[in-house]
Amino acid sequence: MSAYIIPVIFLVVLLLSFLRRREPYGGFIDGARQAVDLTINVFPYLLAVMVAVEAFRVSGASAYLANMLAPVLGKVGLPKELAELLFLRPVSGAGSLAILDGIYETYGPDSYVGRCASVVYGSSETVFYVATIYFSQSHIRCLRYAIPVALVATYTGCIVGCFLLRFF
Amino acid sequence: MLSASLGLMIFTDPAAAVNAMIDGAHGAVELSLNLLALYAFWLGFFSLIERLGLSRGLEKLLRPVISRLFPSCDAETRKFITMNVSANLLGLGNAATPMAINAIKRMYVGEPRASVDMIMLTVISATSLQLLPTTVIGMRATAGSANPADFLFPSLVATVLSTLIGIIGVKLCAKIFDRKKRSAVSDAPSAPPLYPDSARGKKTKRPRNKRAKPSMRRAPRAAAVAAAEVKKT
Repeated sequence: MSAYIIPVIFLVVLLLSFLRRREPYGGFIDGARQAVDLTINVFPYLLAVMVAVEAFRVSGASAYLANMLAPVLGKVGLPKELAELLFLRPVSGAGSLAILDGIYETYGPDSYVGRCASVVYGSSETVFYVATIYFSQSHIRCLRYAIPVALVATYTGCIVGCFLLRFF
Repeated sequence: MLSASLGLMIFTDPAAAVNAMIDGAHGAVELSLNLLALYAFWLGFFSLIERLGLSRGLEKLLRPVISRLFPSCDAETRKFITMNVSANLLGLGNAATPMAINAIKRMYVGEPRASVDMIMLTVISATSLQLLPTTVIGMRATAGSANPADFLFPSLVATVLSTLIGIIGVKLCAKIFDRKKRSAVSDAPSAPPLYPDSARGKKTKRPRNKRAKPSMRRAPRAAAVAAAEVKKT
C-alpha cells in the first residue's frame, strides 16, 4: 500500500501542472536550484557535528550512554540502538541526520531498528532549535512550559509510532 | 560533546581519535552530496506544488482550526500562523520559520515571559507537522531500502499524535499554571499604581485587570505585576 503513496502523489501533481499549464519542467528546475544553496548552508554544520559524533562513538561514550538508557528504552518498546538518535533529535538537526545515516549503514534501512529510526526522525522536530529561532526576534526569555510539553509529546508519538511498526 | 569524547580518548586510544574525526569529515561530505540529490529532487517537486496554489488551498482549510486554537490573536497574526502551519505541513520548514517569527513578534507585548498563544505556536511547530517526511524517504532510498516509504503510516500516526498531545498539554498547563496566578492576583491588593516597565523600556500596556475579563491570555501579565509588587515590598 505505502509503496503507492509517493508515485501517486507525484502523478497527480504532474498531471495537474500540465492541465493547468503551470510549466512543470521550469518549476522543477527552479525548485531544484534552491537545493544547492540549502546544501551549502547545511554543509559546515554537518561537518562539525559529524566530526564530533564520530569521536563520540569511537571514544565509547556513546556506547556507555546507550547502555545506560537501554533499560528505559526496553520498557517502552524502543530498540536500544536508538538511544543516540532519541537523545540528539531535539537538539541538533544535522547531528541526528548523521546518526540516522549511521543507523541505516549499520543495521540497514529495512531492519526493525532502521524502520524505528525512520519513524523517530520523520515524526519529530528539533524542538530546541525551533523554540530558539521562533523567539529570536523578540525579547522573550522565559518560555515556561513550551519545551517540556513539546518533548513529552514528541517522545510519546515516537513510542506509539514504533509500536505500530510491528503491525505494518 | 567533542571535548568530552576527546578527553576520554586521550586515555583510551589517542591514535584512533584523529582517524575518527577525519572519518567523520569524510562522512559529512558524502552525506551532504546525498542530501544535495534529495533536496534537489524534493524541492523541485514542492515548487510544482507551490505553483499549483496548493498551499493557498491548505491555508483556507486551516483557517477555522487556527482561529479556535488562537482565539485571542488578531487577524493579521492569525494569517501568519496559518501560513506557518501550512508550510510546515508541506514540509517547507524554510518558508515556515519567518512566518512564525513574524507571528511571535506581533504577539509580543513587551513582556519577557511567553504567552499561552506563543507557547501554543512553538509547541505545534516543535512537535512536527510534516505529512511527508521527505528527507527520511530519500535517505532510505539512498541506503537501498526495498520500500522507502513503508514507515509512512506509523510515522504519520506518531506525528499527529504528538501534535495533539502537545496541544492538549499546552491547554492543560495553561489551566493549571495560570489559574494559580489568577487567584494570586485577586488576593493581591487591588489597584496596582505603577506598571513596572519590564523589557527594555518598550511601551507596555497598562494592566487592565479591573475591566478586563479574566481571560487566560491576560492572566500571566497581571501575575507579573503582582509578582513585581511583592518584590518591591
